[in-house]
Amino acid sequence: MAIPLKDIVSFHQSMQSEDLVLVYEGEFNQEVTKSVLAMTERNFDSEGLDSGVKKKAYNIMVEVLQNICKHQFVDSEIQKNAIFLVGENEEDVFITSGNLIKNHAIAALTEKINLINSKDKEGLKELFKQLRLNSTISDVGGAGLGFVDMARKSENKIEFQFDEINADVSYFILLCRITKTTN
Amino acid sequence: MEPYIIAGTEDTPAITLDSVNNIYSFSGRSLPEDVNTFYKPTMEWLAKFGENPKDMQMEIKLEYFNTASSKILLDILMLLDEVSSEKGVAIKIIWMYDSNDEDMLEAGEEFSELVSLPFESKSY
Repeated sequence: MAIPLKDIVSFHQSMQSEDLVLVYEGEFNQEVTKSVLAMTERNFDSEGLDSGVKKKAYNIMVEVLQNICKHQFVDSEIQKNAIFLVGENEEDVFITSGNLIKNHAIAALTEKINLINSKDKEGLKELFKQLRLNSTISDVGGAGLGFVDMARKSENKIEFQFDEINADVSYFILLCRITKTTN
Repeated sequence: MEPYIIAGTEDTPAITLDSVNNIYSFSGRSLPEDVNTFYKPTMEWLAKFGENPKDMQMEIKLEYFNTASSKILLDILMLLDEVSSEKGVAIKIIWMYDSNDEDMLEAGEEFSELVSLPFESKSY
């Protein structure tokens, strides 16, 4: 066995203490996306999560997973895979991802997310409307609407950071939080 | 005109475009890997329908669609809008949404603001 049992136990404990429901690391494609969605949905169902929160979480998961599928790149020199995590605690459901990004793409992405984070609910609705009217489906099959949709569904600011790996590449970490309604 | 009918899958909707029996519907989930490829036959069928159209009642009963599908749906509605106004046929959209899903109701309203086609929202 490659991993000592005690490490698995401690990994499981840290998953629990960090409220993680699911962790996936490795190759991302449409088949993986479907599997991860199905597993997480089952998990949420068995926990009796509110259906509105579940739908919003599903929505965000799809956009996050398909963003990775469409925009990830793999650098054989850098031993760092893309990662996807879903967590849940008493207040929030949170969806986190990490993937490699070229440093030259950081400025535009930062500007895009900062613009989204500057908008309120109505502002996001209007931004989505305008972007959708003017967008075209790109070569990789995206409409450029994913982050706006994540912000609309999460109703919280998108949290993100870039950890520089070298002069060319960074690791892009994204977190969307859905606040469970307290009633 | 030959109907275009496909069954739904985990990540693609069931589609019926049948001008013989007057049944037009999209239902299920839409998050295909490549929306352009998946919706190409639909767009082609609708373009052909637009050459010699008739009155249409289109039922859209989607449980979930991703943002790329949302763009394609807008393209479909705009195409139907153009057909309706240019050829003088009545095209109506029935927007079906889960009664617990306010976001889906709102998504329908946001589409309806962008086209002049009549929209009727119905919960299920």
